Amino acid sequence: MDSKLSTLDPLNPRPLEPSLPKLETRNSKLETQNLNVFYGNFQAVKSVSIAFPCKAITAIIGPSGCGKSTLLRSLNRMNELVDGARIKGTILLDGSDIYRLSVLELRKRVGMVFQRPNAFPLPVFDNIAYGPRIHGTNNGSELQAIVERCLRSVHMWDEVKDKLNDSALRLTDEQRQRLCIARMLAVEPEVLLMDEPCSALDPIATLRIEDLMRSLKEKYCIVIVTHNMQQAARVSDYTGFMLLGVLKEFGTTKQIFTTPRETDTENYISGRFG
Amino acid sequence: MILRPLAWQRIVWFALAAMTLFTLVVLFFIIGFITSKGAHVITLKFLFGMPERMGKEGGILPTIIATIYISLLAIAIATPIGVGSAVYLCEYTRESPITRVIRFGADALAGVPSIIFGLFGFILFVIRLRMGWSLLAGGLTLAFMILPTIIRTSEEAIRAVPYNLREVSYSLGGAKSQTIVRVVLPNALPGILTGVILGMGRSVAETAVVIFTAGSSLLMPKSLFDPARTMAVHFYILAREGLSMERAYGTALLLIIAILLINVVAYLLMYRLTRKMR
Repeated sequence: MDSKLSTLDPLNPRPLEPSLPKLETRNSKLETQNLNVFYGNFQAVKSVSIAFPCKAITAIIGPSGCGKSTLLRSLNRMNELVDGARIKGTILLDGSDIYRLSVLELRKRVGMVFQRPNAFPLPVFDNIAYGPRIHGTNNGSELQAIVERCLRSVHMWDEVKDKLNDSALRLTDEQRQRLCIARMLAVEPEVLLMDEPCSALDPIATLRIEDLMRSLKEKYCIVIVTHNMQQAARVSDYTGFMLLGVLKEFGTTKQIFTTPRETDTENYISGRFG
Repeated sequence: MILRPLAWQRIVWFALAAMTLFTLVVLFFIIGFITSKGAHVITLKFLFGMPERMGKEGGILPTIIATIYISLLAIAIATPIGVGSAVYLCEYTRESPITRVIRFGADALAGVPSIIFGLFGFILFVIRLRMGWSLLAGGLTLAFMILPTIIRTSEEAIRAVPYNLREVSYSLGGAKSQTIVRVVLPNALPGILTGVILGMGRSVAETAVVIFTAGSSLLMPKSLFDPARTMAVHFYILAREGLSMERAYGTALLLIIAILLINVVAYLLMYRLTRKMR
């Protein structure tokens, strides 16, 4: 535990693995080009161009209201659930415009975990089977296999394998957030968007969810929005700093937290505002 | 004189408890009175026999059958329409002057005296559409009467389903229709059932509408197009015509028991349906 807690210092983040992919557009799974997002007349995101690499965790940090959640939600078109939302600019998934996919197909490929561990008031099994079922998988043994695989991916199979028919609402907050991640994995997404996934959890649970994110990184492109800078420093490979809708700075997490180029970034990560 | 807070608290407690007690006393007085007057009438012959001499003697089987038919018909017609309207209002329209007018209309309709529905049903179904006095005309009119209640209770229930559950369904690639069928309606079900039960209770107990639209024939109804007399109407006619007060009380007691049973069955059903969710 001590070694983990020592990484709480944002100025001494976990050393980056040497095998980290180079930050090039060619390598990116998901990418925005000159993206503007509006809610009615309010512009929440201002001409953001950012590329999210495969098999890496990219954190987006910034003070409340800086547009980081809006940016995240526009990546799988969840922003459209708000009346009057629209975007200008381009979002590319594997190099092709996400608006060429149907919205349902896009959300299947770009999954999302929310701030609250919002499990359905259903048994654990049905929570995870929800996604596969709506996409047409109704075979019992197939669903059984999916549920087991997804629960194993979030390191929860042994804890809940005897409780698959218990309501998910009986789980702890941390278990429920893991369940939500497993539920997202069940539809086999390629990109995982996480909107402050630990803000409702205690510090120990937070560290364990971060461990989970590191293990998921082996297979997925992960984007996490957080207002917890220590978390960004601990868990991410790349970090983008947003302020008032603008992506102020983007780079490797190490660079952002040790040698920020912008004074705004420096002020924010050193806790002078936000 | 200024009372000490604790003394004041005692007085308030006493007043509130007295009011609650009063309600219970009235309820048990009515039930007790009807039971004492009607219980001895209820025999197997009364339950399963045909009425004789206008209901002075014999049983009330046709009125029990008619009550079941007409209430189920009303529920079967009103529930899909009511729940459908509620889903439309909640999920497919944005809050606007038009939805406010619809909601106000439903509330106003819920407050219309039932005899007006009866008259409306009489003119529209019995006369204009030539259904005559029949179970069908009665069921349709009762459906109109309980529709606003079902719409409003379903709407409340649907709105009470947390937004983030819908959001999760969308984020997993769920379509709107799938989200409604698999997330919204199951979670709203207990509330929707409450509205349906309220409507069922009102249908079972209704007299004015039924007299106008289903008539008061004491024959056993053989099809939806036959006239019929429900238990509530039977009770009304027995008492009003002075045919047999004790048989009127017997019918009334059965009516109370029926409504109690509906509530118990509905409660058990709701418990079963939501067991998986707890």
